[in-house]
Amino acid sequence: MYGLGIVRGLGVTLKHFIDSYVDDFRWLGKRYTSREAFNVRQGVKGRGVFTVQYPEERLDIPERFRYIPFLLYEEGPNGEQVDRCTSCGICAKVCPPQCIWIERTNDPKTGRPIPAPKAFFIDIDICMNCGYCAEYCPFDAIKMDHDFEIASYDRTTRHIWNKDKLSKPVSYHAQIHPTDYAAEEAARAADEAKKAAKKAGAAKKAEESV
Amino acid sequence: MTELTASPQGAATTAPDLTLDAHFPDAVQKDTRPGYSGYLVNADKLVEVATAIRDEMGYDYLSSVTGVDYMNDGKMEVVYHAYRTSGGPALALKVQTPRDNAVVPSLVSVYPGADFQEREAWDLLGIRFAGHPYLKRILMWEGFAGHPLRKDWREPYYEEDHKPFDTRWPGGDFHRSEENNPFGTNVQYPPDFSVDGWVPEAEDAIYAGAGALKESGNGHELKTDKLVVNLGPQHPSTHGVFRMVVSLNGETIDHLEPVMGYLHRNHEKIGERNTYLQNMPYTDRLDYICSMSNNHGYALAVEQLQKAKVPERAEYIRVLMVELTRICNHMWAIGFLLNDLGAFFTPALYAIKERELILDLFEATAGSRMMCNYMRFGGVYRDLPEKFKDGDTIDFLRELVNERLPRAIDDLDTYLTNNEIIRSRCIGVGVLPPDKAIAYSTAGPVLRASGVPYDVRRADPYSIYNRFDFDVAVRYNGDVYDRYLIRLDEMRQSVRICQQVVRDLPTIGGDIMSGKLQYQVRVPASEAYGRVENPKGELGYYVVSNGKANPWRYHIRAPSFINLTVLGELCKGHKVADVVGILGSIDIVLGETDR
Repeated sequence: MYGLGIVRGLGVTLKHFIDSYVDDFRWLGKRYTSREAFNVRQGVKGRGVFTVQYPEERLDIPERFRYIPFLLYEEGPNGEQVDRCTSCGICAKVCPPQCIWIERTNDPKTGRPIPAPKAFFIDIDICMNCGYCAEYCPFDAIKMDHDFEIASYDRTTRHIWNKDKLSKPVSYHAQIHPTDYAAEEAARAADEAKKAAKKAGAAKKAEESV
Repeated sequence: MTELTASPQGAATTAPDLTLDAHFPDAVQKDTRPGYSGYLVNADKLVEVATAIRDEMGYDYLSSVTGVDYMNDGKMEVVYHAYRTSGGPALALKVQTPRDNAVVPSLVSVYPGADFQEREAWDLLGIRFAGHPYLKRILMWEGFAGHPLRKDWREPYYEEDHKPFDTRWPGGDFHRSEENNPFGTNVQYPPDFSVDGWVPEAEDAIYAGAGALKESGNGHELKTDKLVVNLGPQHPSTHGVFRMVVSLNGETIDHLEPVMGYLHRNHEKIGERNTYLQNMPYTDRLDYICSMSNNHGYALAVEQLQKAKVPERAEYIRVLMVELTRICNHMWAIGFLLNDLGAFFTPALYAIKERELILDLFEATAGSRMMCNYMRFGGVYRDLPEKFKDGDTIDFLRELVNERLPRAIDDLDTYLTNNEIIRSRCIGVGVLPPDKAIAYSTAGPVLRASGVPYDVRRADPYSIYNRFDFDVAVRYNGDVYDRYLIRLDEMRQSVRICQQVVRDLPTIGGDIMSGKLQYQVRVPASEAYGRVENPKGELGYYVVSNGKANPWRYHIRAPSFINLTVLGELCKGHKVADVVGILGSIDIVLGETDR
């Protein structure tokens, strides 16, 4: 019968229409306020409307989400900041759009490089959020951020981030990347244990030879 | 539905014909440069050799045409990759010509699919193709100075030949490139060119005949006006910035000329400045709906150069990601085809709803929804996360590929396939016969909807596709309707592959990367052509290394671009309203078309 295909198709539309109200009845008024309702709605078994009412509702940001890098510093006991960055320049070399500028510190007396950056710039207009800097940094000194709401009114001055603007404490990294942080700390501890064992072994050997 | 899909072909075993140099002893030599393969052909015998390989040896499908600037040898080389549609590896032909007067005979008469590709090689490399019917710039405009892919051509924001740039470290004297290169002084024109006096030359001719009344012979039919309509570049149906100059006779199309390049950024030049690794995130931006499969093609090409092995688990994850990408893309293509046909956004939203879940998985795995940058040479960036959306990732995947996606595809099928309006708009519109589909080098769903069961995953298997049980979807009418149906078929096949991957994935352990994590990739001087069956068609990467840290040549065979070669032919004789549907059924992405 001519038109049956359209009617069948409209049946699908009707199903979608009804599905969009199922959540309303299921969560009775809590559809937009309950996190559980939200997760079910956004989950693989969710039926009905998929829309997220941003910014009132937000999807969880997955740990690996990457946006504009930041630099890590350790917090000393007296509130001083110790940069993890050694200005080795790997991030600047691996960066595909070449948006990282690093000025290395040189010892004023000897002129030899000191492992700390004097200046560090990222042009966030150029950054393509690929995450290579974080991936290839051997010191876990640069990581990708989760803060994506960075709109500003002036692109010519505000989009060049210097070291102050880029630096964030390690605790922040631990908070947004819990799994990675735990793995890094475990690797670091293992590394140090290995070093200590080596040292102890060397000391023992030295003792024996004496 | 299933009886329309071809039975799986066996893995192709035909080796390239090794006797080509014996056939043409005075015109063809083996390419003996280390790391190179194929044949060097004398320019004056090219057409003859090409005709012979097409007619006598069965290499009926010309996949890729491009040029390489061997500046240090003073030579330009044009590289052709031809395939048999029955399957098997490539036959590479190369023609060398002096660099300062590069002329090569055109192959458009043998392989019409060479048309746009030769124009591109002329545009970007300055290689002239003698006998080409319409050798004009295609991506650049006439006011562009020089041929940008020549090795001695420098862009206005030129810093150095190769990344990484020395100014970044350890000096780090920061500057914005905009300041070095202020607006107004960053453009160069050819010496004899005046911007104000410029009129697009070809378009003049097109408009000249417009407005003439055409009267039909018997006096009963309507008198029709001739007129020229510009569809695009800003038009929702063009899926981006793309223009079609359509000459109409009444409502019927006499001639259609695609105009592209609005989104051109010379991806290949950027690629040649980049190191091998730095190119990976740029490939995301080609066909930005399918970044995973773009990554895959590039990784395969460089792995060929490196002779790197990929661990088992990484291969499985790659296939999973690529097939999920295919589902995303076809959902998108179907949704937007319906938009183009006038079913505004209800079908599109139903279709791309499933895409959200897949993109969420990409985000959790790779870190980004669309610009995934997920694959590395010799593996993938990270393993799948253990937990995803309050549950185990594997449970999510099982539910997704066993329940949710099949249901969604069936839903779409019920919703659209038998709709009488869609049938009357699509059936018999834009028919592409199989011989023409092959001749014009169309690829992917466009080729297979015309009855040619050619799928790179089967015809020239890569990765681990030969382990999976799936059919090459094929349809025989070659019209818009079949191009819609084949996307449904392909999604079903992709779901089948995903189901097999998800079934096996928990049992496959091990690394996801081979070798050490290194940012400086060096490969021996050689060439490689890596190709994958992208959702839109065959995506090829032709990479030439000279042993340094950056590729000497980096070319992309973009399926969206080459599929457009046949657009004019497809639209001829149809009504203007059908152009939109026909273009939608080809499914282009301008990021890839324009590169």
